[in-house]
Amino acid sequence: MLKVEDMVVRYGVIEAIKGISFHVDDGEIVTLIGANGAGKTTTLQTISGLIRPQQGKILLDGRDIVKEPTDKIVKSGLIQVPEGRRVFQQETVEENLVLGAYTRKDKQGIKEDLEKVYERFPRLKERQKQLAGTLSGGEQQMLAIGRALMGKPKIMLMDEPSMGLSPLLVKEIFSIIREINADGTTILLVEQNARMALSIADRAYVLKNGTLVLEGTGAELLQSEEVQKAYLGG
Amino acid sequence: MSGANLFFLQLINGLNIGSIYALIALGYTMVYGIAKLINFAHGDIIMVGAYISLLCLNAGLPWYLACILSILVCSLFGIVMEKLAYKPLRKASRISLLITAIGVSYLLENSFQLIFSANPKPYPGFIDLPTLKIGAVSISANYYVTFIVSVALMIILNLFVQKTNMGKAMRAVSEDEGAARLMGINVDNTISLTFAIGSALAAIAGILYSNCYSPINPTMGSLPGIKAFIAAVLGGIGSIPGAVLGAFILGMIETMVKAYISSQLLDSIVFAILILMLALKPAGILGKSVKEKV
Repeated sequence: MLKVEDMVVRYGVIEAIKGISFHVDDGEIVTLIGANGAGKTTTLQTISGLIRPQQGKILLDGRDIVKEPTDKIVKSGLIQVPEGRRVFQQETVEENLVLGAYTRKDKQGIKEDLEKVYERFPRLKERQKQLAGTLSGGEQQMLAIGRALMGKPKIMLMDEPSMGLSPLLVKEIFSIIREINADGTTILLVEQNARMALSIADRAYVLKNGTLVLEGTGAELLQSEEVQKAYLGG
Repeated sequence: MSGANLFFLQLINGLNIGSIYALIALGYTMVYGIAKLINFAHGDIIMVGAYISLLCLNAGLPWYLACILSILVCSLFGIVMEKLAYKPLRKASRISLLITAIGVSYLLENSFQLIFSANPKPYPGFIDLPTLKIGAVSISANYYVTFIVSVALMIILNLFVQKTNMGKAMRAVSEDEGAARLMGINVDNTISLTFAIGSALAAIAGILYSNCYSPINPTMGSLPGIKAFIAAVLGGIGSIPGAVLGAFILGMIETMVKAYISSQLLDSIVFAILILMLALKPAGILGKSVKEKV
């Protein structure tokens, strides 16, 4: 589904991503774990076309999207839930969700999907007329995920969905990610919460200073001594 | 004329100039909201609109065609101006953008002086409707037409921004450009659209202004432009209702100062208001103070 080949991203003279290659197959949950500043967010932003790489290919269903503008990439079904949620604070919950379906023209389908999102997140239905800025962090994360679902993603990129949430909410968010995946959406997940991410991932990569240093199944990496020492607190 | 009638007349004057400021201030505020740019060349679009319509009228075109052509040319001009002058600087500092905007303003004023000369040109007013009499006060057609057209346009603009997909895209880009991109919104097109709408409103303001205050000259847009900018700041730059509110308040203050205090002090008082506002409540009446993202 998604294949990144030898991608290099520089900010001025600083090389943030030093030629990484990885892939996400249809139906998988793949996670990219790593410390702060490892280049996780840069990787996702580059895939979404917000940043241009200096080198490399990004293939979506075999088509190189490296030069495509973000709106076209979104239209092809690659949708991102950005770091920090980035919901539109001054719009209502429902307006946020409808904006998520911006590239779609099928009014009936949008209406049905809105109902589905409300079914999945009853809290959002209760607050549909409320401004998104008044929601709690967990609710905003649900809104950000719901908004991405409204775009009918084939593959969903998620940037630190657990950030700033209580352990209970983190668990809830991760079970939602699993459900979304079970419903047929491929997921590329970037996380600092390595334990949670590895526990739901089919496969995982470890990113360190812009280079991929390890890869394996989620279970393998959970057992790996190196990962335990560096990312799971011993 | 009795005191009450005089006051009523001033009220009408205030609404008239307030309407013109509102049309211009909307363009300022919309462009600021989306591109985070104070487009100081925006006032000069009024002048461009006035001259294009004058050319059309002098060529014998009917008034409505003159208006449509002037609006179209100005919209297109707004888009081209953004693409040529501002888009290459989108990642540059705000101050570079500001200086560029001032440069565009001078470019426009001086090239129009070169083409049309600096001499004022009489503008053949075409609003040919009966004068409205309310009690002892008569209101010329220019005045009530300006007011009605402006209010109608503000309502249409508001509906557009609130209800249409393009309007929603504009709001999204204005709040968070990156997130808007991730929704699949084409930000470049949205910015172009904003410049087109702002310039169209400025063209209409230019036509209405010329009808009320003939003759016209190549620097006619500069002062109303700055006043409209003050109105936008007063109301809260970036806020559409704020721009309208600020414009009417400013229009009222101006006419009242002119009538009851001193017409020589007019501009000093208006600019003093800007300074006071920036010192006391920089976010404006309806503006939100922006919280730093942590």
